[in-house]
Amino acid sequence: MLNRRVLLQNGALSLFGLGITPSWLTRAVGAPSATGGKKILVVVFQRGAADGLNMVVPYGEKAYYQSRPNLALAQPGKEKGVLDLDGFFGLHPALAPLSPIFADKKLAFVHASGSPAYTRSHFDAQDYMESGTPGVKSTRDGWLNRALPEDAKASPVQAVGLGPVLPRALAGSRSAVALNSVREFQLRDHMAAKEYERRYGKSVDAALQEASKETFAAIEILESVRRAGYQPANGVQYPKGKLGRSMEQIAQLIKGNVGLEVAFADMGGWDHHVNQELLLDRQLKEFGAALAAFYQDLGPRMEQVVLVTMSEFGRTVRENGTRGTDHGHANVMMLMGANVSGGKVHGRWPGLERDQLHEGRDLAVTTDFREVLGAVLQAHSGQTDLARVFPGYSYQGAMRRLLV
Amino acid sequence: MAHRILSLLLFASIVSAAPKSSLRVKTNGQNVEHALNRLTFGPRPGDAELVRKMGLNEWIELQLHPERIAENPQLAEKLAPLKTLESREYKAFPKDDESKRAIRQMVVELTQAKLYRAVLSERQLEEVLVDFWFNHFNVFLEKGAVRWLATSYERDAIRPHVLGKFEDLVKATAQHPAMLFYLDNWQSVSPEFGERLNRARKGKARVKGINENYARELMELHTLGVDGGYTQKDVEEVARVFTGWSMGRPQQGGGFRFVVMAHDKGDKTVLGQKIRAGGMEEGLQVIHLLATHPSTARHISLKLAQRFVSDTPPEELVEQMANTFTQTGGDIRAVLRTLFASRHFWSPEVQRAKMKSPLEMVASTLRGTEAELRNPLLVARALEQMGQPLYRKQEPTGYDNTSAEWLNSAGLLARMNFAVALSENKLMGVRIDTARYAETAKQMGGPEFQKR
Repeated sequence: MLNRRVLLQNGALSLFGLGITPSWLTRAVGAPSATGGKKILVVVFQRGAADGLNMVVPYGEKAYYQSRPNLALAQPGKEKGVLDLDGFFGLHPALAPLSPIFADKKLAFVHASGSPAYTRSHFDAQDYMESGTPGVKSTRDGWLNRALPEDAKASPVQAVGLGPVLPRALAGSRSAVALNSVREFQLRDHMAAKEYERRYGKSVDAALQEASKETFAAIEILESVRRAGYQPANGVQYPKGKLGRSMEQIAQLIKGNVGLEVAFADMGGWDHHVNQELLLDRQLKEFGAALAAFYQDLGPRMEQVVLVTMSEFGRTVRENGTRGTDHGHANVMMLMGANVSGGKVHGRWPGLERDQLHEGRDLAVTTDFREVLGAVLQAHSGQTDLARVFPGYSYQGAMRRLLV
Repeated sequence: MAHRILSLLLFASIVSAAPKSSLRVKTNGQNVEHALNRLTFGPRPGDAELVRKMGLNEWIELQLHPERIAENPQLAEKLAPLKTLESREYKAFPKDDESKRAIRQMVVELTQAKLYRAVLSERQLEEVLVDFWFNHFNVFLEKGAVRWLATSYERDAIRPHVLGKFEDLVKATAQHPAMLFYLDNWQSVSPEFGERLNRARKGKARVKGINENYARELMELHTLGVDGGYTQKDVEEVARVFTGWSMGRPQQGGGFRFVVMAHDKGDKTVLGQKIRAGGMEEGLQVIHLLATHPSTARHISLKLAQRFVSDTPPEELVEQMANTFTQTGGDIRAVLRTLFASRHFWSPEVQRAKMKSPLEMVASTLRGTEAELRNPLLVARALEQMGQPLYRKQEPTGYDNTSAEWLNSAGLLARMNFAVALSENKLMGVRIDTARYAETAKQMGGPEFQKR
């Protein structure tokens, strides 16, 4: 953990709060330097099984239009048509804010990716994806926690889950903080705070004493971030809603140079069994706007960041009888960052003809989600022990070219 | 003050009924405090004195027999309006707004009852054990039908057996639709039956056949323990044994149902023992085999010792408890009596050595300040901030019974904020007498009070 005593004795945090960052502190918490700052991984989970086939649309497939007479999106150039990506795939028009980033080659997709687990239960599939062990329910910790570096000097806010409860993916032995908001992470009574800090500091229980040091260090760091206030760069406005708020806080933490290495945010409401067209449109507007705002807000700091999106499974190729789709199998993952091999839709496309489908109805998984995450961890986060992160999985390196 | 008089009265009526105990523990201040810390959700002012009067051994024996303890009338008053606690609805609710409200009401009342009982019940050990066993046989409220099945699960599958035979707990949970649904066994069918179904269901989601989830967790988590000496082959065989252990289609009223057609008709071998094809009887036979297995005796003893004694209980104690377990056919009350009679339980090193769970921290704070619990839902929100959303532990493992589970920044911060807010009566849903307890409440955010 961060050596807080040194920080305080040097009065660094007060400077820090004013945006002046001493060089030794830069080293300690990993702010950008000539050699580039600490790498940051941001994971965004779309809970409820987003319809990847209508996010990144295979408009070159006849079967797509046959299977979705009411829900299929038109080809590029037509009315309400998709935004062409590569002559075969097109982006849902509600995701328009992302298309310049794709054109700029900082945004990539991996289609037909997902978990090999056959379950169509939201709960089980999310559980498997977050534990990183499809098919094994009793894994206690999450893949993101296991992916954290074993570093005694890590910041107390090295890993942050946006929300009241630590997400399953971040649960585990390495320190990770559930953060509802930067504003709320404080002890409101300053007198009491001082008193508690003194008493915990003298606790006879070493583990409790250690944990409390981390707590007070995290409080202090976040207080400096809070006091500095936050104004997104380039006049960026984050969209209203949970994901927008989460992304803004993550940007605030990154620019506050607090030593963040991993952040997790989620967005619910993707389970569109009925009247999908309107609902998905609304969801994607928020989703696209939040991620685009994050990208523009961070500007050059995107050098440090890779953002990955995932969802527990995809949706049926065929629309159902209520203008919606049901639980399917493969989905699309998105990667964003300066070092992402962008402007491409990666992965092997399995096709949408009946005999190409998983169980005759769903998009087949041709890229295991752990190949995507593994590639990012290896190339970006410098985490080489993938056997630890994904126990029981033999990593193939199939997506090595996802990052440049 | 009214509380104290009331509890004095209650205790007085108890004293006369107190049984003779076989325990031989010295009733001194330190021991009384320790016992109250471990067998209850924390002492109320005056509790220690009452236990001293009754005698520590007698008090423990009484807590082991909750049916002999007169319940707190205040609790009955709080629980009376919570009508869904008695609900026997297993059936699925249609997806309309009225049903959504009804389900939400069940969840709300289940949560309220949990906190009322932890804070107000006189049968404290029983409540501690309901919490312990629910966690051991965990189900997750947010997984579909569990939302409306959890009430019955706690009431019918867990609560009646918390001091009874371990095998009854395994059987009751195995047959409860909440567990059948949570660990997917309700849809586990023999491969032949699965094929037949799939032929009839062209184009629809296919039935998978055997599902091993329950079989695996039954051995790994519920009974033998991960190092309990079973193999993958055993998991597969046990999964075959439990094919057809299902629930009525939710639309048709739910409830446990053994579906003969879905059951695998062959013989099985579990832990080297031949299980002859025998329909539902096979499952009961396997439950008996697992629930009385020496590995289970150890695993359960270890978990209980971790809850009541220390994160790393002495081997000698676990062995003694496991012996009692085996000799009594898994009698939980007897195992606990062995535990409470052990010198290891009373050892000064283990006193105040366990980190409280958020529920224990919150309940002990409210008990210690004689707080009036007006709206438990708002208190449940504080538990969420501390990292223990009630009935919402996602993994079948439940929470770990060791201290490390609760040592994290957001959790500690939430505990301190909780204590400060309580001390100033700024905590929604709760009132304390600040003239008397403001300082006490604030102290409860400190390090000493996080331990029990």
